[in-house]
Amino acid sequence: MDLFEYQARDLFAKHGVPVLAGEVIDTPEAARAATERLGGKSVVKAQVKVGGRGKAGGVKLAATPDEAVARATDILGMDIKGHTVHKVMIAETAPEILEEYYVSFLLDRANRTFLSIASVEGGMEIEEVAATRPEAVAKTPIDANKGVTPEVARQIVEAANFPAEVADKVADVLVTLWDVFVKEDALLVEVNPLAKVASGDVIALDGKVSLDANAEFRHTEQHAELEDKAAANPLEAAAKAKGLNYVKLDGEVGIIGNGAGLVMSTLDVVAYAGENHSGVKPANFLDIGGGASAEVMANGLEIILGDPDVKSVFVNVFGGITACDAVANGIVQALELLESKGEEVTKPLVVRLDGNNAELGRQILDDRNHPLVQRVDTMDGAADKAAELAAK
Amino acid sequence: MAIFLTKESKVIVQGMTGSEGQKHTKRMLASGTNIVGGVNPRKAGTTVDFDGTEIPVFGSVAEAIEKTGADVTVIFVPEKFTKDAVVEAIDAEIPLAVVITEGIAVHDTASFWAYAQEKGNKTRIIGPNCPGLITPGQSNAGIIPADITKPGRIGLVSKSGTLTYQMMYELRDLGFSTCVGIGGDPIIGTTHIDALKAFQDDPDTDLIVMIGEIGGDAEERAAEFIKANVTKPVVGYVAGFTAPEGKTMGHAGAIVSGSSGTAQAKKEALEAAGVKVGKTPTETAKLAREILA
Repeated sequence: MDLFEYQARDLFAKHGVPVLAGEVIDTPEAARAATERLGGKSVVKAQVKVGGRGKAGGVKLAATPDEAVARATDILGMDIKGHTVHKVMIAETAPEILEEYYVSFLLDRANRTFLSIASVEGGMEIEEVAATRPEAVAKTPIDANKGVTPEVARQIVEAANFPAEVADKVADVLVTLWDVFVKEDALLVEVNPLAKVASGDVIALDGKVSLDANAEFRHTEQHAELEDKAAANPLEAAAKAKGLNYVKLDGEVGIIGNGAGLVMSTLDVVAYAGENHSGVKPANFLDIGGGASAEVMANGLEIILGDPDVKSVFVNVFGGITACDAVANGIVQALELLESKGEEVTKPLVVRLDGNNAELGRQILDDRNHPLVQRVDTMDGAADKAAELAAK
Repeated sequence: MAIFLTKESKVIVQGMTGSEGQKHTKRMLASGTNIVGGVNPRKAGTTVDFDGTEIPVFGSVAEAIEKTGADVTVIFVPEKFTKDAVVEAIDAEIPLAVVITEGIAVHDTASFWAYAQEKGNKTRIIGPNCPGLITPGQSNAGIIPADITKPGRIGLVSKSGTLTYQMMYELRDLGFSTCVGIGGDPIIGTTHIDALKAFQDDPDTDLIVMIGEIGGDAEERAAEFIKANVTKPVVGYVAGFTAPEGKTMGHAGAIVSGSSGTAQAKKEALEAAGVKVGKTPTETAKLAREILA
């Protein structure tokens, strides 16, 4: 889960990373009081989870509370690279900046550990620095169990050639930033820029934090608070409320399958089949998981049939632990449930069942003989049929 | 022979007394796995009845090894306690730990992986968030259905559980030496490369099928390894061509970040290493058949 800048700022502050004061607002008028609390001037910063907002006009200085209201009026509702601005942060204006650095901790998948990246050339995208001046970027593997002790922080500072006069302060920032990384179960914590200001202090002026959704069990309430409910697609939100693993896509063929890999594969196979049927594409990713019950199947089908973009549905199940008869019962129950609610089901379903109890499952569908449900026995064949029906 | 797991393997189950653990212990026993015990400190000294087979419960992995000579543990404990369970297995120096549990925090996996390194890598870890592995006709450690296929000479390594099953089904008439589900988390113990190396060295494997998916660069690194070290034919499949950037597709590790981790890049890397890559699971199976024909 990627966080907004203000949320990252709050987590930094909580663990002692030096930040400037700031508060988040969602109406222009609130900018006035917020700016007054900061002594009459502020920086108005668009809160979007995408880079390049400064260039897009999403960060403006305000010399007075009135100006802050005007700038907030401009920025709220602005579109930045497809992201609508719903919130702005009213931040303390930075003291004179002398230098800009970069520091981060992230997951290093390839080496199965964590990595520190540090550079004295901050302020721009680190990928850009790494591409043009690789010698200016210091990468240091971090042992997950030993963590970033003051000694390790010192090594990072030396490896990145931080100037002697800020070395201790940057090392302190690294130790506190590591606290954010570990205690919040983050996959990424990034400070860019980490600014050296006229007083000689270093301050995190902007930051990114991405949290591990799998660690939600340790942070249940906090993750719920941090979640950006405004941005969630309504179908994704409804699926999440039912505990379903669903991602909305932009095609026409609704997809339900079991197991993440098989469902990803199903999307691909449908997209290939669509090349022969007016270019139809998958409408969603939906994994009902291993051991899915009839109820889960029914919930999934309800979400997908509720998607106005969906023209046909492909249910692709290989029963490992999941029993195909339970899947078939789920399909039948879901259709009955929807019909009993008075919703007219008009979208055709193509079902492919293999594996555990496949024969039983196929028999259940054949016996029910629903006019909208057809069975196809191979994955590629079923994908083709579903694409064909969606193209009609 | 097969890799990692044979009929000689003596298997214990951490979390055997829980509902998932019980369900799958029963299935593993039914498929012929030699299960010698379970681990649960609160139920040590008791036994669990599986259709007439009494399986003893031990207080720790170390005790189970001492009393039974176990050399494989299958871990079903809930995600909150998985790290401790794996650390216990590492401390007991069991040669193979298969971590089935899904939804483990990355910091926990990174921690037990670092611990395994520190302890000299005496325990091979498979998973987490994986279906385990099966050597058909010999032993089954995890949740892979045993009745899909039979013993044969194809080795299979896959990030995805259900695609493992699908591929076993597609090639069920030919059979498999060993099928290994390595899991789709951002950090995993045994990698594609580890399995490729073992299959290359396994006299009972003639062809290797490797299944990958979006996210990370494990497939690209596997491709380099194949180019340099694998002389047996390898057929590949990669899932996730249609996955949008920045969205996690079910598996915690299955995410395209910017331009990295795409299915296209993985396919190209594998093809450049001489691997035949299928467009669909069925086509991939066909490629394997053509090579073995």
